[in-house]
Amino acid sequence: MSQDTLFDKVWDLHKVSSLPGGSDQIFIGLHLIHEVTSPQAFGALKDKNLKVKFPSRTVATVDHIVPTDNQSRPFKDNLAEQMIDTLERNCLQHKINFFNIGSGNQGIVHVVAPELGLTQPGMTIACGDSHTSTHGAFGSIAFGIGTSQVRDVLATQTIAMNKLKVRQIWCDNKLSSGVYAKDLVLHIINKLGVKAGVGFAYEFAGPAIDELSMEERMTICNMSIEGGARCGYINPDEKTFSYIKNKLYAPKNENWDKALLWWKSLKSDENSIYDDVIKLDASKVEPTVTWGITPGQSLGINQQIPQLADLSPNDQFIAEEAYEYMGFKPGQSIKDTPVDVCFIGSCTNGRISDLRVAAKVLKDKKVSEKVKAFVVPGSEKVATEAKKEGLDEIFKDSGFQWREPGCSMCLAMNSDKLIGNQVSASSSNRNFKGRQGSPSGRTLLMSPAMVAAAAINGKVSDVREFINI
Amino acid sequence: MKSEFTPPFGKITQIVGQCISLIGNDIDTDRIIPARFLKCVNFDSLGKSVFEDDRETLKGQHPFDLEENKNASILIVNSNFGCGSSREHAPQALMRWGIKAIIGESFAEIFYSNCIAIGIPCFTLPKKSIQDIQKYTDNKSLFLEIGIKNSLAKSKDLNFNLEIKESSRKMFLSGEWDATSTLLENENLIENKFNNLPYLKF
Repeated sequence: MSQDTLFDKVWDLHKVSSLPGGSDQIFIGLHLIHEVTSPQAFGALKDKNLKVKFPSRTVATVDHIVPTDNQSRPFKDNLAEQMIDTLERNCLQHKINFFNIGSGNQGIVHVVAPELGLTQPGMTIACGDSHTSTHGAFGSIAFGIGTSQVRDVLATQTIAMNKLKVRQIWCDNKLSSGVYAKDLVLHIINKLGVKAGVGFAYEFAGPAIDELSMEERMTICNMSIEGGARCGYINPDEKTFSYIKNKLYAPKNENWDKALLWWKSLKSDENSIYDDVIKLDASKVEPTVTWGITPGQSLGINQQIPQLADLSPNDQFIAEEAYEYMGFKPGQSIKDTPVDVCFIGSCTNGRISDLRVAAKVLKDKKVSEKVKAFVVPGSEKVATEAKKEGLDEIFKDSGFQWREPGCSMCLAMNSDKLIGNQVSASSSNRNFKGRQGSPSGRTLLMSPAMVAAAAINGKVSDVREFINI
Repeated sequence: MKSEFTPPFGKITQIVGQCISLIGNDIDTDRIIPARFLKCVNFDSLGKSVFEDDRETLKGQHPFDLEENKNASILIVNSNFGCGSSREHAPQALMRWGIKAIIGESFAEIFYSNCIAIGIPCFTLPKKSIQDIQKYTDNKSLFLEIGIKNSLAKSKDLNFNLEIKESSRKMFLSGEWDATSTLLENENLIENKFNNLPYLKF
């Protein structure tokens, strides 16, 4: 059993009681809600005649269903309008702070909370969304929950949960040029598998992790869940603190000093004990692309789609399903695979640094005529900053459509969808069958820089050929 | 799709029903209920849309469309079932179709806790046993009687010792799987925690 890791410290601090069945009752320091997984929870509160226990500890925004072309109200989609309207009314009734469209602070919940300084080290953070693990980048313990647990957090500010084991994933050396956090996390999921993390929190550590910016760290923690781990985190350091400093909800003045002192005490002790430790060499990671229907089915840009015999027996079944669905053959190169749609955005890669790196690739270049390309900033703040830097003009000049913030085609709950069996090069997090809105649509996950390269060539390309190395 | 739906309530000690096998690893919650069906403010109408895209692709040959499975209530799955999105809509859709319990090689974590929270016990069995059941249900109907107390599944031809997390087993037996009231019992401790967490004072 793990000891003295950040996970242990934060868990113990938030433990309210041991429950009869053997799970723990854990206090949730910050609860984030959005329009898709909260309405039924508010409905259940009403049925049980309960109130929101600590409204100040819940924050709401709207992201999954928002259109990215025309956001004027009422939305064209009646069901989407009904969902945003329900959230508005629930927040008003229960006095919950809601960052609505046009507030300047709306966006994907996992982009918004960090950029407002709501996400801080040492917190427990829960949200009815599996990518809540993102917030672990700040040394918080953050995990996705279902709607019944959203109800529990609203009613009690606590949930019942079994303590997780802790696996440290130690990343040696550093990423080479043209290789990004997205490549590293896809590589990790490929090596460990999509279910290895079940029952674990992942602690990402080592020189390669230390080197990453806060936004890159968020990309890593964001995809912990694709490796099966409900929670992923990184010990806080000076980068963490300076990212938070002066943000809207960051502690100020003498409280900042107190916070800093406490945050520094949180990281895993040097002699802490882990349930498992995995080491890998980050300098060996190549630009990585998925070829199949799980985020674990990925390969380096210069590799070939694996033969069945090269895979472990457990991976063969899903590989056969993937060959058929994707229309790819074992042994085929992933490079030069034609793409129809290019999407930059999502809670994985829709932040300002993602837009900067993609714009750098796209500057003075044109998107292939065969490709529909669009960029969806992760939040209103990201969009504002990008415009200030002129990135929107670079995208538009290249042929990318510039859209309004939201989750968009990561999960295709709005009108941004693949059509038929189109192939998308996507900076999002899931390549499941049908994920991007068409039951036969095909998704290739990659870094935003790689999406930009694919957009220019109209096919999967090595971004290192576009940048000066 | 069965006619009336009554959500489970109170103690769950036994599940008796016909098995329905669904073969495949890493079946994600987008497949169980595609995102377009998440545009709803309650779960009521999800049952008919469970596995919508997979069923459409198989044109009537999907296990959830076969006549002989229409009254089945125990779902038999392989490994990492329910991976991906945290949407509770996935187990809610299964439950509203008629699923009352799931037996699999392994489950994704959030899916598992969502199932427990809405009263669907999830059990695990070794790969070989799951394959035996799936093979059996290929040409015959299998009716199981699952006892939660002794974690035993019995039928005419096959018996299995099921695994279930001890915390889940106890919750179903005591009827406290709907956690809100249990959590509320510790109201004073919750207040205490709220008043003493360092960062809530910054």
